[in-house]
Amino acid sequence: MIGVISYLVFFATVASILSIAVLGLNLQWGNTGLFNGGVVAFFGAGAYGTLILGGTPQAGQLGGFGLPYLLALIGGMVCAGGVAWIVGLLTIRLRHDYLAIATFGVAVAFETMMRNTNALGGAQGIRGFERPLREALGAGFTYNLVFFGFVLILLIATYLFLERLIKSPFGRLLRAIREDEMAAQSLGKSPSRIRLTSFVAGSVVMGLAGGLYATFYAFISPQDVLPILTFQIWAMLIVGGAGNNKGAVMGTFLIWAAWTASGWALSRFAPLEVQLYTGSIQFVLIGFVIVGMLLWRPQGIFPERLVVSQSARSNK
Amino acid sequence: MIQNLVDGVLVGSILSLGAIGLTMAMHMLRFANFSHAELLSIGAYAALVFDGLFGAIHPALAEAIPPLSLTWSLTLALLISMGLTGLSAVAIDRLVFKRVRAKGGELSMVFASFGVAMIIRNILGLIFGLNPKLYSQDIVFAIVVSRDPFLLIKPDQVFTLVAALLIMFILHLVLSRTTFGYSLRAVAENPTLAQVSGINLSRMIVLIWLIGGGLAAAAGVFYGLTNQISPVLGRDLVLPIFAATIVGGIGSIYGAVLGGFLVGLASNLALVILPSGYSPAVPFLIILAVLILRPHGLFGEERT
Repeated sequence: MIGVISYLVFFATVASILSIAVLGLNLQWGNTGLFNGGVVAFFGAGAYGTLILGGTPQAGQLGGFGLPYLLALIGGMVCAGGVAWIVGLLTIRLRHDYLAIATFGVAVAFETMMRNTNALGGAQGIRGFERPLREALGAGFTYNLVFFGFVLILLIATYLFLERLIKSPFGRLLRAIREDEMAAQSLGKSPSRIRLTSFVAGSVVMGLAGGLYATFYAFISPQDVLPILTFQIWAMLIVGGAGNNKGAVMGTFLIWAAWTASGWALSRFAPLEVQLYTGSIQFVLIGFVIVGMLLWRPQGIFPERLVVSQSARSNK
Repeated sequence: MIQNLVDGVLVGSILSLGAIGLTMAMHMLRFANFSHAELLSIGAYAALVFDGLFGAIHPALAEAIPPLSLTWSLTLALLISMGLTGLSAVAIDRLVFKRVRAKGGELSMVFASFGVAMIIRNILGLIFGLNPKLYSQDIVFAIVVSRDPFLLIKPDQVFTLVAALLIMFILHLVLSRTTFGYSLRAVAENPTLAQVSGINLSRMIVLIWLIGGGLAAAAGVFYGLTNQISPVLGRDLVLPIFAATIVGGIGSIYGAVLGGFLVGLASNLALVILPSGYSPAVPFLIILAVLILRPHGLFGEERT
């Protein structure tokens, strides 16, 4: 019984961390219409940033600054925001494909750099991170439960913050730009500045998710920032419903459950020679889920609720 | 250094072939097609299948044409693969992109292409296995062209370059001398006006996929001939090909040709100063440089 519960806690922790990343993507894509093809780069920047700032010194490695945990986590978010700012500054004014290609490229470049630079951990990744409060709570179930609570609080905080943000005048502005950039511009707004703000903000949220992910495993390596993660995070948002934060979280739990369950089923029931191809089979399945969703229910399971502003309603 | 230059030109010709189709589809349908590089994989594997088939039908076909490792059966297989890959590109458009397009979102297309790429790449892996394959098991020795500076060239590489240039020259003739070429340019310039002038837009889209797929297949086979064939071929080439289109300017066919050669050269010259592990990141640096210096590419036009 305790085994099942501890597994559920493990599952819910990972799913909650991914939910935060999906919420970040929802701000960019769902509310602003920005295509981020390299979610892992921002997720990874947060993860590497957190471990480098908060870790203990390792021979031949950058970092080990041993900052207090919360400061390291915020530092990771700043790293993610910095990368986003540079990429955004160069591409956001151009036609939308450029952002998609450049973000895809930044993810490839990020993985390559981490894999080859020994000062950044190289292929072995970054070790030597002490999980916060480890001594007070031990390494067992209690720790995992407390950490899950911490992640859950941050997920709720992110959710509430983003809900408020998209209901605020700024959120309306984002949707106005998404729907008709020219009209927004003619009302004296600056679409490229607003889009850049939204892009950086969304990436900072992804950086938070990355930092939590790295904390959870006390380890990060190039293997954790492969392009497939970008794809999974996108699948979660599309299935849940772009533009709807509740949908984003639900989609994450749903897709992550399906992903884990299919992996488990394949390793349990498939013949040995098929098991080598488990990854390929899962990728094909998730590919079909995505294409199927886009063809038959592009709005997702929980579609965006279109709000009519109060002033518009009273005019009727 | 000289070796890097020569290798760069050879890789560049392959990237150019891939980039031509990508830039045409991106310009016409207005979306970044992340699955285009998978057409190279389809082409490479289709040629592998037919190469084996023809070799089995008549042993004489499986003889290599000296000094190349290329066989007559592979030459035939290349032509069939170009046709088949073009048809697959049309089929993918019919099944997925056309329907997503009908629902509106240009950016949904980008994501759909992510999904299509994922499906194609992994299905190829499931059918042909994850291990790299070769067209020929024979070892073809590289010819030492000069010892100082040291320069090695394989006969297959020379063939690849000549064949790629020939294909591009034929395309140039088609674009500049035929009614089809004029219609294509008209559609690229102004789709609405072109339609009013009696150009069938959906027929043009089919033709673009056919040409793009065919060129991609040739690029895939040439890549397999000079390197190896593996299911991750598309994943490894998608970024260099995108870089080539951005360097040339999205929508410019001649830009894509030039962009391919520039990206090939830059990636290989970068190996002089960078350890080879970093080479996957080079196309991204090129993209960044172009976006800073000349955001619309060498021949691109400003269009949002």
